[in-house]
Amino acid sequence: MSVFPFVVVAWILGVGLYGIVTSRHLVHQIVCLIVVQSSTYVLLLGAGYVSGAVAPYFFDVPNHTPAVDPVVQALALTDVVVEAAVTALLLSFAIQAHKRFGTVDPHELVSLKG
Amino acid sequence: MTPATRRWVFLVAGAGLAAFYLWGLTGLPGFGSYPGPYGPTILRLAVAQTHATGVVSAVNFEYRGFDTVGEEFILFAAAAGISVVLRHLRGERDRSAVDEAADRDVPATSGAVRMVALLLAGPVIVAGWWLASHAQANPSGGFQGGVVIATAFVLLYLAGEFLVFKRVSPVALVEVVEAVGAAGFVATGLTAVLLGMPYLKNFLPLGQYPGAVSSSGTIALISFFVGLEVAAAFILIVGELLEQTLLVRREDT
Amino acid sequence: MIALAAAHTPYTVPVVMMDVLQVTILVLVAAGATGVVLTRQPVRQVVALSVYGLLLAVLFLAFQAPDVTLSELTVGAVALPAILLLALAKMRKREE
Repeated sequence: MSVFPFVVVAWILGVGLYGIVTSRHLVHQIVCLIVVQSSTYVLLLGAGYVSGAVAPYFFDVPNHTPAVDPVVQALALTDVVVEAAVTALLLSFAIQAHKRFGTVDPHELVSLKG
Repeated sequence: MTPATRRWVFLVAGAGLAAFYLWGLTGLPGFGSYPGPYGPTILRLAVAQTHATGVVSAVNFEYRGFDTVGEEFILFAAAAGISVVLRHLRGERDRSAVDEAADRDVPATSGAVRMVALLLAGPVIVAGWWLASHAQANPSGGFQGGVVIATAFVLLYLAGEFLVFKRVSPVALVEVVEAVGAAGFVATGLTAVLLGMPYLKNFLPLGQYPGAVSSSGTIALISFFVGLEVAAAFILIVGELLEQTLLVRREDT
Repeated sequence: MIALAAAHTPYTVPVVMMDVLQVTILVLVAAGATGVVLTRQPVRQVVALSVYGLLLAVLFLAFQAPDVTLSELTVGAVALPAILLLALAKMRKREE
């Protein structure tokens, strides 16, 4: 039971990768990439968790209450917002590919034509 | 490679990866037993050193402020990249927003959606502003506050007022705000250098009460700049996609 | 250390209940991820992604990370589906 969160991380990663590999639509692929990214957030927060501890905010609890690790939360927090913008960039590539080649099937977009 | 072959290769490779991963999991200390010295050290020192009760924001904007500068510039580059990638291809032209709005054949937005969206736009901006300015006390911060402020502008579009959205967020102004946000963060760090301290060191007075709005020195200032930048970046992204969807047309239609 | 914490503050949740909540949410998140990937139609997948973002936000709350919850809620349930739906609308207009 104590490694169950990390098994779930591997499951989400595997499922997302399966979606990317067997996808027939570019936007479906991008959403599966979002799922893969979310597995890393769960991994980060799971690695920093301390049993029985509170969130690392001390405006209502006394100063030295045992708290979970704040560094991984800082990483995950900026991660979530920045990856959304990168996903938007990927979507703009998909839009331009659709405009140029008329198809959104990655199996048909095999070779890049000029 | 046919899709079936692709699927089988993936399953074989995935099984191998899963085997190695599960083998590695047996050596882990287990969920909940965090052994590292970095976290507890920061928790012990953060409130006393920075007068900020929000330790995560203190980590984000002070202890690891340099990483946050890098992440913010990823955001900046992504917004700039979208503006470049969604440029007009050969054979496309931009229609005027007023013409397009007149002869669109979509169903009119329902009254309930319009009312709720327009009523909520103001309070959402206030909520986002509160989030962006209270990074040092609560679970809030520039990143969340910025996205919430951008959401208020999306609400304007959802209320059916695309023209209002375009007028309230002209591209030039939004780009200037984004640049001010990004540059403000870097300038705060450089000001520390000019005062003879390391880059991004906290040089403003730390304030008396930990967790008050005016405490914790540069953390509050940097959070404000980050909020500006994130909000502007997301408004720019949504505006670009909206223009593509509604305004850009091919020559032959 | 846990006993010390429980004695000093009333704010720590009893450990047993936290475990059950965390396990339930983890199972739901795994099921949600599978659901998002197996939904092949892009528009329906965006709705599934929105629900998945909500489940993730509850998971982050169960892991004692309230600001990551805020980020994930605003981004994963609002901003990302809006951007995705706009891109899909653009691609569909092309095909007319």
